[in-house]
Amino acid sequence: MDIVGLANYAVFMAILVGIYALLALGLNIQWGFSGLFNAGIAGFFAIGAYTSAILTSLPASGRVGGFELPMVLGLLAAMAVAALIAWPIGKICLRFRSDYLAIATIGVAEIIRLVVRTEDWLTGGVRGITGIPRPFGDLPYMESQMAYLAIVAVLLLAAYLLVERQLKAPWGRMMRAIRDNENAAAAMGKRVADRRLQAFVFGSALMGLAGALFVHFNRSVTPEAIDPMIATFLIWIMLILGGSGNNRGAILGAAVIWVIWSVSELLTDRLPTEIAIQAKYVRVFIIGLTLQLVLRFRPEGILPERQHGGGTAPPRA
Amino acid sequence: MTLLDFLNFYLVPGIVLGAIYAVGAIGITLVFGILRFAHFAHGDMATLGAFIALALAASGMDPWVALPLAMAITAVIAIGVDRSFYDYLSRRPKILTVMASLGVALMLRAVVQVVWGVDPTTYVTGIVRPEEYFGILLRPRELNTLLTVVLIVVGLELFLRKSKWGKAMRAMSDNPDLARLSGVDNRKVTMLTWAIVGALCTASGFMLGINTELHSMMGWQLLLPMFAAAILGGVGRVQGAVLGGLIVGITEELSVFVVPAQYKAATAFALLLIILLVRPRGLLNGKVL
Repeated sequence: MDIVGLANYAVFMAILVGIYALLALGLNIQWGFSGLFNAGIAGFFAIGAYTSAILTSLPASGRVGGFELPMVLGLLAAMAVAALIAWPIGKICLRFRSDYLAIATIGVAEIIRLVVRTEDWLTGGVRGITGIPRPFGDLPYMESQMAYLAIVAVLLLAAYLLVERQLKAPWGRMMRAIRDNENAAAAMGKRVADRRLQAFVFGSALMGLAGALFVHFNRSVTPEAIDPMIATFLIWIMLILGGSGNNRGAILGAAVIWVIWSVSELLTDRLPTEIAIQAKYVRVFIIGLTLQLVLRFRPEGILPERQHGGGTAPPRA
Repeated sequence: MTLLDFLNFYLVPGIVLGAIYAVGAIGITLVFGILRFAHFAHGDMATLGAFIALALAASGMDPWVALPLAMAITAVIAIGVDRSFYDYLSRRPKILTVMASLGVALMLRAVVQVVWGVDPTTYVTGIVRPEEYFGILLRPRELNTLLTVVLIVVGLELFLRKSKWGKAMRAMSDNPDLARLSGVDNRKVTMLTWAIVGALCTASGFMLGINTELHSMMGWQLLLPMFAAAILGGVGRVQGAVLGGLIVGITEELSVFVVPAQYKAATAFALLLIILLVRPRGLLNGKVL
């Protein structure tokens, strides 16, 4: 690969890292600050992706949509719809231990996958949706990529600053209190279920935003783009490895894991076909094993959660 | 549609499917009740067990003879998985074990995909004609499935009620600290639970495979109905899991009257949300974690 090719690849990777970092930030609000187990990240990502795609794409025969709305509206709607779907699920499940939320979110991701594949009139079925606009898409290739990278970077920075602000505010302190000792927080008069619901809905909205950014980058979306289990699992590894409870850790984890994941894909693609298919599953195995190793040997991640207000709390994953 | 048509094309397939879910749900309810976490690798353990049975059957064995052997092998694998990936997390918050089990699910599936590939396959080829029993059409494999499930449920129920180790398992499910004080070795009970769970996983995966086909995602698709069945019946209740399994299976088959067939798989999810909303302890009053 020459220098230009390398630079192109780096920009391409950076955009995807930004999108994954948004997902990891969303998960950090849910898991890192509130201890909520969302096992259906891919579902909320898909909701955002398809919402924005339907609202902003060019009209096409045989399916609703093609409203050609501006991308900003698409992004906002993606967040709103993801939040709207998260709300009832959280409302039902957050009264119980997080295991129930995990089961229900797996269910959500599966149902979304069914809907996307079945409802041709809405999502284009297996053909998916094309003709999704991309801001500055008319510029030459490199300029267009750079412009998109800037958009993703600005949104990521904004999300990071807002979440950090929220974490330092009384709200963040309350969330950590609920996470670390639910009974004590309830005894102090905190409404545990309501607060958890807020965190779950906020986190899901960020995941929806990431989904929308992903489709505007690709200009098209098909059901294949969203593999529920692997996408969800990658985000989990990013957060746990980076350091759950630490927003910078979430972003760092996204960068590290995404680079390893894509570079290993580049390498295995060069293998002869018959081994290449098996190598794909070996990579999945290694990702699963990585989680076990991190949980065992470095549960606090690369950048552990900062301890606010002194004190020595025991490390947690 | 006559009554017999309804029985043959909707109710009987529903009962067979429900019986398969029931066997899986018993395993889920045992882990949930005794070890107190949602085991997400359950479905993929079922896939692995089903493929181990396939490997044995490929060596010329009758699949139904291969089943007990495969159950024994998977029981050992389940104990190994617990030792390597769950055991060391036992003193940390349980939700971490849930997360580890999601990783194990991915790993087990990857093993199946590397060793056996991703193409669907079957235990036996050829079309089997159903036989008629008083107007009810049943294939031999469906009859075998129902008999096996009855055998498993009755055997497990007797074991849990009558034997020393079965009582120890129930004691640990009720109160682990009290059980330990009374001299129950939690370590051994945990191992025993995993052996039973591994065997049950294999049985459910095998029976799904012999009634439909085997593929690497089959277990993952079992996961939601199995969890719905376990929670519907009441976590920790074996009879509840059987009842829940049958309800989920029959509802899935009957759902085609109400929703498009593509959404059959959504039935379990709907049942799960409804039971969590109206009666989270389940029909037979189980635990709520």
